Amino acid sequence: MAERRQPLIPAWLWPGVVAATLILLVAFLALGSLLRHAPTLSPGAVWQDSYLWHVIRFTFWQALLSALCSVLPAIFLARSLYRRRFPGREWLLRLCAMTLVLPVLVAVFGILGVYGREGWVSQICAALGLHYQFSPYGLQGILLAHVFFNLPLATRLLLQSLENIAIEQRQLAAQLGMNGRQLFRFVEWPALRRQILPAGALIFMLCFASFATVLSLGGGPKATTIELAIYQALSYDYDLGRAALLALIQLVCCLGLVLLSQKLGQALPVGHTHAQRWRDPADSLLRKIFDAVLIALALLLILPPLAAVVVSGINPSLLDVLHQTALWQALWMSVRLALGSGLLCLLLSMMLLWSSRELRLRQRQNWGQGLELSGMLILAMPGIVLATGFFLLLSDTLGLPQSPWMLVILTNALMAIPYALKVLENPMRDVADRYSLLCLSLDMRGWHRLRWIELSALKRPMTQALAFACVLSLGDFGVIALFGNENFRTLPFYLYQQMGSYRSQQGAVTAMLLLFLCFLLFTLIERLPGRHADTE
Amino acid sequence: MLTLNKVTYLYEHLPMRFDLRIAAGERVAILGPSGAGKSTLLSLIAGFLSPGMGQIVINQQDHTHTPPAKRPVSMLFQENNLFSHLTVRQNMGLGLHPGLKLTKEQKQRLEQIAEQVGLAEYLDRLPSQLSGGQRQRVALARCLLRSQPALLLDEPFSALDPALRNEMLSLLDNVCRQQQLTLLMVSHNLDDAARIAERTLLIVDGRVYYDGTTQALLDGTAPEAAILGINRK
Repeated sequence: MAERRQPLIPAWLWPGVVAATLILLVAFLALGSLLRHAPTLSPGAVWQDSYLWHVIRFTFWQALLSALCSVLPAIFLARSLYRRRFPGREWLLRLCAMTLVLPVLVAVFGILGVYGREGWVSQICAALGLHYQFSPYGLQGILLAHVFFNLPLATRLLLQSLENIAIEQRQLAAQLGMNGRQLFRFVEWPALRRQILPAGALIFMLCFASFATVLSLGGGPKATTIELAIYQALSYDYDLGRAALLALIQLVCCLGLVLLSQKLGQALPVGHTHAQRWRDPADSLLRKIFDAVLIALALLLILPPLAAVVVSGINPSLLDVLHQTALWQALWMSVRLALGSGLLCLLLSMMLLWSSRELRLRQRQNWGQGLELSGMLILAMPGIVLATGFFLLLSDTLGLPQSPWMLVILTNALMAIPYALKVLENPMRDVADRYSLLCLSLDMRGWHRLRWIELSALKRPMTQALAFACVLSLGDFGVIALFGNENFRTLPFYLYQQMGSYRSQQGAVTAMLLLFLCFLLFTLIERLPGRHADTE
Repeated sequence: MLTLNKVTYLYEHLPMRFDLRIAAGERVAILGPSGAGKSTLLSLIAGFLSPGMGQIVINQQDHTHTPPAKRPVSMLFQENNLFSHLTVRQNMGLGLHPGLKLTKEQKQRLEQIAEQVGLAEYLDRLPSQLSGGQRQRVALARCLLRSQPALLLDEPFSALDPALRNEMLSLLDNVCRQQQLTLLMVSHNLDDAARIAERTLLIVDGRVYYDGTTQALLDGTAPEAAILGINRK
């Protein structure tokens, strides 16, 4: 019998090992350079720094409130969206997927345009003779922005779990004569419950590490998050030690949150259902009105800020701005960075999943999960922490480069990995479940298998992940806040400069362009695979 | 017992039209190629779908537009009959009260039925801890608890192996006899149909293509049996 050579590391494991090593190396390098700069940690002093405690408390508090305000209404909104079909529903759901990756600064610009002192609401109030008091700054402003970003996300996640309930169970409920409350309790709640905690934890984490929102709507000693305090320590005080300490605190908190949310359990496998869409025969007018009002309110939350960006973008300085070379440079730079980090992110995610899936197929569940966890680890490493690490590392060794595009691409790609993993995880596993035995028997391995199975069957989720990663990095204003300068700026950085120097008319144009660019990129990339490559 | 008068329904551009009469206590098998409209027919009777035109009469009452819970029928699906997060007892209890508020008598009745279908020792288990056959037993037990005069089965035993299927069919046979149920069973297995039902409706392209004895299909004396791949012997 021919002897079969067994290499130390089997071929299928290489991609994952390489990707995980790269991610971990980057994370630990950044962390290491932070640690070297951290002041000799004297727990006593940290313990007694009341301002620090205030910042930590505020960070937790605003994240908790944001998560609650996003998830609770989303439960009802998701039910309404499940029950109703109306023209534009698909479009609304796509928009819901987009708010998550919408450039924060653009959204903030829109929110200020609607709720600000001279915004639409205040103009309407003035016309009606009412006194307008709401200020979009401080805690309430941060909450408003966070709900704007995350309520649609929560709604989508919950809607998904409602759609996963087998239609037969709804038919059964109708036959057994359950009323709305009983239906919720026995059928919908058990499915929602599995999603509510993970979704809440995710949103909590996103808000916990929220940077650009707090930078533009909060700030001030009263409304400062840890993330923002790091930035202030670096940019204004140039207090590396303090920044390192804060980054460590942030890291520990986020790591705890990531581990916690991993424990919160995964979605149950979808039961195979035989029926099509369910329409409740005992629908009532009251419920129709309730749903309509709820959906209208959601639209009222999402649309006006976006509309405000477009409306204020069309102003007399439009042509002026379009003639600025700085704008086009920033735009070109943004697109390059976005595509670069999108592709890198997709590559790394696929490598991780490729190997973790094989591990799972070989009954090494824990190793597989560990591999994927290395990708999720980045969620615990907020961009500002990574960027700070690199910032310190470079200023210690080579000095800060003038055009650190590679660094930005790498950081942005790493930060998008958790999202890409979420999009690709299940499709990758389904394909394995379906075809792995067939592939074995046909001896399709490695490149051939990737080419003919994954790349063709997973076109859609792959482009979706790519679109997410690209747009996320296009709108990112975290890393660039540290590394940007006059010669190296992206559109969000340019916008921030314009907003900072009170060139708001020009800023409005930039915001509108950035918004359009996001939509364009998102739609273009999603269209790439064509209509027939659907695997869902 | 059950009458469908020119009931029409548009299913993905295929217009379906059903016209049939079923007597009380009768047992009818529904056969036909997939996509022909067998499940749609049951959904129309159960009230999950509303017909475009026509009239559905069950027990001498017009039920064309009544909600599913008000119709004197119980339905059993191929899968997903049980709520996976509720115990067997709770799943059965939902047939007595949709909010699980049961009286003492109802609780007794539940245990009695559980005994009858051989589930007494499984009452506190979750569906995931049962076999496929046991799960269908639970669903059947719930249908019995609801004590509606008509039972609609949508390929209820297709996922079971032959031995289990036989067992379930004889259980069903017993139950129907005892409770004088009217039975409609969608199946893709002519032998199953023959075991339980004397009469068969053959549905093709949204119409009743054949309505007669199951035996005639089985031995091929009815020319319509050709659509099932059976030729006259």
